[in-house]
Amino acid sequence: MKEISLNILDIAKNSTKAKATLTTITINETEDTLTLIIGDNGCGMDEETVKNVSNPFYTTRTTRKVGMGIPLLKLSAEQTGGSFEIKSKPQDEFPTEHGTVVTAVFNKKHIDFTPLGDVTSSIVTLIQGDPQVDFLFTHNKPQGTVSLDTRELREVLGEVPLDTFEVIMWITDNLNEQYNEVNAQ
Amino acid sequence: MKSLAELQAIKERMQNKVALREGSGDMRVVVGMATCGIAAGARPVLSAFVEEVAAADLTSKVTVSQTGCIGICQFEPVVEVYEADKEKVTYVKMTPEKAKRVVEEHIKGGKVVTEYTLANENA
Repeated sequence: MKEISLNILDIAKNSTKAKATLTTITINETEDTLTLIIGDNGCGMDEETVKNVSNPFYTTRTTRKVGMGIPLLKLSAEQTGGSFEIKSKPQDEFPTEHGTVVTAVFNKKHIDFTPLGDVTSSIVTLIQGDPQVDFLFTHNKPQGTVSLDTRELREVLGEVPLDTFEVIMWITDNLNEQYNEVNAQ
Repeated sequence: MKSLAELQAIKERMQNKVALREGSGDMRVVVGMATCGIAAGARPVLSAFVEEVAAADLTSKVTVSQTGCIGICQFEPVVEVYEADKEKVTYVKMTPEKAKRVVEEHIKGGKVVTEYTLANENA
């Protein structure tokens, strides 16, 4: 993947497939590190599956026998001297607080650090792809925070779907404006 | 800053159109957005379709959606166009520029852009 934002798009889609109703995407940045946390309230995975998902020859899909999403994110974090972790609570064992959290830490100053890229585009693509589920996005940078909560948008929009073109454009502009403001600090 | 008041205004404009959307589905553009597609550049291809379909004022007739791995990863980004009573058209190795042409000539004009299709790739 050329940008970490593409890993975000790829991995967050797993949450929707796990029937999450809320996916939380958090990026915490310091001068030296970038921590990506993708959490959901989906069906979760048992211990055996959690062990397997970092193996590229494991996948849930049926079209091919290889699943590269998690191994690619793990590689891009670990090649910067960072770390990678998945924690999961399967629904049958934890009926009220199930879900999965993926955490990847990157060293920004390492030569193999992949740039974050166009996060706005990834968030918008996630919403366009699954307009019925909610996303809570927070990007904490040293100079300020960019955030979006689709539950707040839904409250305003009522039955108008989030993937309506005008709404998609509003979200794009809103996030880009927030980034411009934070980056100008 | 894009405000919630603006979103409210969008809601009011759209409410009348929602009924129209229900009856849509004449044509479906489906973009492969699994790991393989994303890594090959599907994200800007999807954005291009969303924007071009809206620019052509076809959102009530054409839906743009995402799917997982179609199984031909070497041809990603892959886009499928479904139309009632017609055979599915599979476009391969797509770019935002190609997407623009597909909307103009195929989605709007009804003429398949043969040179971008899987059939052409395999010929």
